[in-house]
Amino acid sequence: MRASWLTLIRGLILLGFIGLLEVLCAYGVIDTLTMQPPHRIVTDLVRLLASGAFNRAIVRTLSNAMIATAMAIIVGVTAATLIHRVRGLREALDLLFSTWYAVPILAFYPLLIVIFGLTSLPSIMIGFMQGFVAVIVTTLDGLDRVPRVLRKLARTQHMTALETAWLITLPAAAPWLLSGVKLAIAFSIIGVVASEFLMAREGMGFEISYAYNNFDNARMYPLIVLVIVFSVSVNAVLLRWEARLARRRGLKP
Amino acid sequence: MRIALPAPGYGQMPRNEAAPLVTLRSVTRVFPPIAAGGLPVHALGPLDLDLRAGEFFAVVGPSGCGKSTLFELIAGLQQASEGTIAFEGKTIAGTVPDGIGVVFQEDSCLPWRTVRANIALGLRKSGLARAEQDARIERVLNLMNLTEFAGHYPAQLSGGMRQRVCIARTLVMEPRLILLDEPFAALDQQTRLLMGEEVLRLWRATGATVFLITHALDEAAMLADRIAVMSARPGCILDVVETAWPRERDSRILEDERFGAVSAHLWRLLRNETMKAADAR
Repeated sequence: MRASWLTLIRGLILLGFIGLLEVLCAYGVIDTLTMQPPHRIVTDLVRLLASGAFNRAIVRTLSNAMIATAMAIIVGVTAATLIHRVRGLREALDLLFSTWYAVPILAFYPLLIVIFGLTSLPSIMIGFMQGFVAVIVTTLDGLDRVPRVLRKLARTQHMTALETAWLITLPAAAPWLLSGVKLAIAFSIIGVVASEFLMAREGMGFEISYAYNNFDNARMYPLIVLVIVFSVSVNAVLLRWEARLARRRGLKP
Repeated sequence: MRIALPAPGYGQMPRNEAAPLVTLRSVTRVFPPIAAGGLPVHALGPLDLDLRAGEFFAVVGPSGCGKSTLFELIAGLQQASEGTIAFEGKTIAGTVPDGIGVVFQEDSCLPWRTVRANIALGLRKSGLARAEQDARIERVLNLMNLTEFAGHYPAQLSGGMRQRVCIARTLVMEPRLILLDEPFAALDQQTRLLMGEEVLRLWRATGATVFLITHALDEAAMLADRIAVMSARPGCILDVVETAWPRERDSRILEDERFGAVSAHLWRLLRNETMKAADAR
């Protein structure tokens, strides 16, 4: 099916869902104490953004999420590149990686607050811990798939281990690595917002929690929508980039 | 590290025809067992061979006879279990020496780099000025008829053109020895013949020594000055056949009545070995 049709169908499903919520709210099936109608959420969001009241919280949360994502990518890619070179280490760590997401990472938040205080650092650490294993696993998967001939090519070109990683293996593993980056962004945002929700002095998670405790739907829903819009937008940009890379490599028409 | 690069037209430099470019003496390659309790695999040798400077040398042999192992030993990608291999008098010991260019059987184009960037890969450490690097790349693009595709990505090219990019990436380094491991195996017969003509043209233009691994007897008979015929595993050299073709030649040599005789002689040497290799499988 043509891409334009797929986009149309996707848009129609989304619009249908929003329309359904609008109708349910308008007829009182969903009462206003539970949820505002979508058009009110959008107008409230515009009003909140225009007022600038949450600028500080937005900047804090997004910058923390970006720092957590960057740490997850740098540590994840570096660790995967090193682990891939040592077979025994890889075998020893595989089980740990596959069970990592069974660990409730958010449960470590109080401990991190004890260690780092009520600063941005515990949130960033939770975001990082949520994301970096996904980057390691996808990067290892990508490195496994690098054709052997490219490693031989690196040797014929007298490349050092660092040059081989930078010029050959990591670019060759890029499609898999990009999947890890997308997961790291999503997990980091979830980690940062959720930790702010539990305990923080500021940030979007804190503001959502504060509004929730005070039945302030006019603030809570617009902030939730803002988090969703940010996360989806970043992923959409990455998806477009991924598709462009895939086309360049002949992996997509 | 600066790679020693000869001047343009390096192939026209006078050579010492008496001294072999590559020498192999009592070379064997034994692979250790893969699993505990398994047996080591004696893949190659003992084997003695000299490659003369400036010649086109081909190796044919049955499947699994160790042709690619021999290729990787000369390229420095593997180490011999016993014996010595020397390039220009210096022992090759598990590293690829300067002056050797390698073209693999598999497509080794980097799909995220354009044709030009693929070719430029080898010049990173050349120590040449940017202008000289650009000039070399242009020369090689022109030599390989790739100029108009310089900005294309490998995915936009045919299999034959991608292999030309790989050859161009090797040629830009101006190697004295070019190793080709079944570079046309994935191509159809007509394209193979044309690619063979191109390789002959490049061989004449550069004057480099060419070492070709192939399973196609007609390809070896058309391209090479000398052809080594290998036995079934462990691969040893049964005979080295001199074709005595003129240096100026192309695929029309297939019409020469001696071409059939060379091919038939190769097959006569190989037939029993191929049957042995088939039985072993």
